Amino acid sequence: MDFDPAALRHIARLARLDLTDADLEAIRPRLQAIIEYVDQLKKLDVEGVPPLDNAVDLTNVRRPDDPRPGLPAEAALANAPAVAGPYFAVPRIIDAP
Amino acid sequence: MTDDLAFLPAREIAECVRSRKTSAAEVAQAHLERIRKFDPKIKAFLSVRQNASPGAPTGPLAGVPVALKDNLCTLEEPTTCGSKILENYRAPYEATVVSRLRAAGATILGKTNLDEFAMGSSTENSGYFPTRNPWDLSRVPGGSSGGSAAAVAAGLATASLGSDTGGSIREPAALSGVVGFKPTYGRVSRHGLVALASSLDQIGPFARDVQDAALVMSVIGGHDPQDSTSLPGASPDYVGKLERDPKGLRIGLPREYFADGLDAEVRDLVMTAIRTLEKRGAKIVNVALPMTEHGIATYYVVLAAEASSNLARYDGVHYGHRTKAPAGLIEMMSKSRAEGFGPEVKRRILLGTFVLSSDRIDAYYHRAQKVRRLIARDFEKAFESCDVLMGPTSPTAAFKLGEKSADPLSLYLCDVYTVGANLAGLPGISVPCGFTKGGLPAGLQILGRPLDDLGVLQAGRAVERELGLLVQRPAL
Repeated sequence: MDFDPAALRHIARLARLDLTDADLEAIRPRLQAIIEYVDQLKKLDVEGVPPLDNAVDLTNVRRPDDPRPGLPAEAALANAPAVAGPYFAVPRIIDAP
Repeated sequence: MTDDLAFLPAREIAECVRSRKTSAAEVAQAHLERIRKFDPKIKAFLSVRQNASPGAPTGPLAGVPVALKDNLCTLEEPTTCGSKILENYRAPYEATVVSRLRAAGATILGKTNLDEFAMGSSTENSGYFPTRNPWDLSRVPGGSSGGSAAAVAAGLATASLGSDTGGSIREPAALSGVVGFKPTYGRVSRHGLVALASSLDQIGPFARDVQDAALVMSVIGGHDPQDSTSLPGASPDYVGKLERDPKGLRIGLPREYFADGLDAEVRDLVMTAIRTLEKRGAKIVNVALPMTEHGIATYYVVLAAEASSNLARYDGVHYGHRTKAPAGLIEMMSKSRAEGFGPEVKRRILLGTFVLSSDRIDAYYHRAQKVRRLIARDFEKAFESCDVLMGPTSPTAAFKLGEKSADPLSLYLCDVYTVGANLAGLPGISVPCGFTKGGLPAGLQILGRPLDDLGVLQAGRAVERELGLLVQRPAL
């Protein structure tokens, strides 16, 4: 797999990382080396092997559906970079009419 | 007095505090004093509780001074994960393990340095500063829990907690000359541990001997309804059943763990420890883990995928750094992340995004999950003929700061013996097994069957007891 600049730029956009061309060029050879290394997995025969996604055999863990206190709004908002009343504030998404 | 308290085992401190021979406040002060004196050289701590409130004079850890890796949520100080993106983050709740330590009487001294978001094996990738190895300040303490390992080695804390995703407790324990235990996946609640790779992360203790590690496990282990991956059922009696005769213990030596790349001095120290158990009646069995050579590749695909997903939450909206540059919503998120994350974190997020992208997910992520199954099967097969596996924790003793910075892949290979336990969910411990001629500690790793945490601790204790190595104090 060749990691060309356009492919890397696309991945950075998906990852929501605003990287300059210089940043991307610095990262590219290292990432390329890592991907070439992990490409060794392609040589293995994994036909019919069930994936292992979790080392414990627990599924559908439930708790009793009893109401209990949650995080108070002030605590949830305490670390927010910007708030507006009881809400997290973000830059405008929809243009004003 | 101060230095004597600094190297007392946790169990003796707790006994002295419970019987009022000393007070928790005196023990805390002695350690804070050492932190003031020595931490400017070691830089194990990101934050110190100068007025640490002493633990209660009751409980199994009465007055025992403990340090916490700074990816565990606490209420008293920031929880930074070693990242600039969380520089001022104050957790709104406390991790379960921290509540349990406090309830057992422990004194929390502060939060320790780590590779940013626990991504690294040297603690050089911290967003703040590197931590240094107490045995040689020009060398790394290992990582990512390097601050927690160094603090215990230097007598700045009696015990500490770390997290182990691919070796981040065991490798720094080996390089810093202390005991580090990674329990079976699910043994210790992760409620309040900032997630790196959720199918691999596990919290565990550092201590200067196995008895203290078992004592801390007895406090932090056990089911927690706040963590859905926490295992139900009672914990084993880690402390009461710790002493066990190694006679008849079947020790598997994976041939791949003694292959090329292993430092000769480290190998000799590890083999000397194993031969000591053999002389006491343990049986040596040669086993094979043929998938070992694919462990690192599998690990980096799984880890990067899960990390890129977990770290999506740092978007400048709910908490953490937000860019000052004027921007629309998407640009605000993208700039905040680019400004807040360090280079290694960005690399792994990009790798994770790549292996999860729709046209690559089968070739990389899904394939890695299948190889992960093969790795787990390797261990199952090996454990048919032995009770525990033993080998080196790390291929080399501590390396110099900067030695492996230019090539991330060479750093990743430090984890070759440790990632298997995370991929297969096994318990593992690193126990000191002596020093190289250059005065650097070496670690012996013991791995056990899933849920055989007690067996691993017993074997570790047997190594410690039969080798009879005394706890050494680094010259600072």
